[in-house]
Amino acid sequence: MKKYSIFSLARNALGFHQGWEQAWRSPDPKPAYDVIIIGGGGHGLATAHYLAKEHGITNVAVIEKGWLGGGNTGRNTTIIRSNYLWDESAAIYEKSLKLYEGLSQELNYNIMLSQRGVLNLAHNLHDVRELQRRINANKLNGVDSEFLTPAQIKEMVPIINMEPNARFPILGASLQRRGGVARHDAIAWGLARSADSRGVDIIQQCEVTGILRDGGKVTGVETTRGTIKAPKVAIVTAGHCSVVADMAGIRLPVSSFPLQAMVSEPVKPIINCVVMSNAVHVYVSQSDKGELVLGAGVDGYTGYTQRGSLHVVEHQLASLCELFPLFSRLRIMRMWGGIVDTCPDASPIVSKTPVEGLYINCGWGTGGFKSTPGSGWVFAHTIARDEAHPLNAPFNLDRFTSGALIDEHGAAAVAH
Amino acid sequence: MLLIPCPWCGEREEAEFHNGGEAHIERPKNPDKLNDEEWADYLFMTSNTKGVYLERWVHDHGCRRWFNVARNTATNAIITVYKMGQKPPKGVR
Repeated sequence: MKKYSIFSLARNALGFHQGWEQAWRSPDPKPAYDVIIIGGGGHGLATAHYLAKEHGITNVAVIEKGWLGGGNTGRNTTIIRSNYLWDESAAIYEKSLKLYEGLSQELNYNIMLSQRGVLNLAHNLHDVRELQRRINANKLNGVDSEFLTPAQIKEMVPIINMEPNARFPILGASLQRRGGVARHDAIAWGLARSADSRGVDIIQQCEVTGILRDGGKVTGVETTRGTIKAPKVAIVTAGHCSVVADMAGIRLPVSSFPLQAMVSEPVKPIINCVVMSNAVHVYVSQSDKGELVLGAGVDGYTGYTQRGSLHVVEHQLASLCELFPLFSRLRIMRMWGGIVDTCPDASPIVSKTPVEGLYINCGWGTGGFKSTPGSGWVFAHTIARDEAHPLNAPFNLDRFTSGALIDEHGAAAVAH
Repeated sequence: MLLIPCPWCGEREEAEFHNGGEAHIERPKNPDKLNDEEWADYLFMTSNTKGVYLERWVHDHGCRRWFNVARNTATNAIITVYKMGQKPPKGVR
């Protein structure tokens, strides 16, 4: 791997940028590997990166049916934060945020992390109390979190509607200053480049069609490019986790829903942090290109279509105009959907499975992007050592049998 | 926006309805005989099928009645609707 630097940029500029090497190879699949990772999104690539970097396991294949980062990795609203209520969630998301903070250097790839602060608004007394409870819980867990008064919010976001006759008055907000946004494609590409340089084979346009087992033990996968053997197989397929797990006869407590997002036409810099509101139901930030990046709600039914219903978008834009009346004449340029895999307790599953050698990482629901490096880090540990790391031990598949759920519904500052 | 054919009211827009999750999940007949795995399966596990999925909907902004829908989750095509208590029509999956 050739290092990216100001010197390599200058050198390649002299050569009219014809000398750049490909960021990763496109090898044919070998007949066998030590580990096969199904799914070439952010989480799968992070798993491959940390397997190679932290555990020295490099005879690894990442198998992707489409192209790298073409699923939820390229469809999210790029928000990163770790201000979750419960200890287990705060620990794993904070680990992820810490990894994000060093990721550009670690990968030698600019992920454009911008820690511009994430605001979660409160619109009634109950919201304020919940917010303060969460802020206190965050502080106890070492997660930076602070309360802002309406005056402080107005100073930070001057365009927000603070009129006293507002339908949903703003009574306060939590602020995580270390939260922010990053470039989602760059994370997929940077992780892929790093994993590839350490020997990982990234195989795109290759769909897994079956999981091979022998007496309760995994032996490999059947794909559209032939059989590939491996003693360890990891499923990291987000919205399609139930489909892939079903190939190994495993039922999951996961439902897949379309979650929509959209961007507006680009405008000059107007909002310099991330604003999220549960009650009015909107989350907004501004991209470097100037587009407003808006997140909408989850459609109310199971679906794999990567598009949702228009009334969800309508509700989203009404919410935006409620909080920011000056956006009412802004035009929407693009909208799309991603398939989020949600668990009954709104927490992920990063776990071993009843099939020996088969591991699963799914159920991140609407929190997948912010957890990308942390998820890969703990999952690589789980695969390499065949046991969960303390950070992901609570997020096992058995919790639905034992009842030790981690109920983040409404507790995690999620906007839906 | 889905156009859902309510068995009583005819085709109406999705916004009038509410989805009630997977259909044909029966409450166990002998709840005190179930072990933890069986409870977990009843309470939490879903088929989450990509393809024809049998689910319940309620026309809550209309006639307020529940019914079953067979919908292809990969295309959103509604294959058929049938009343509560009925078994899915043969060949629907």
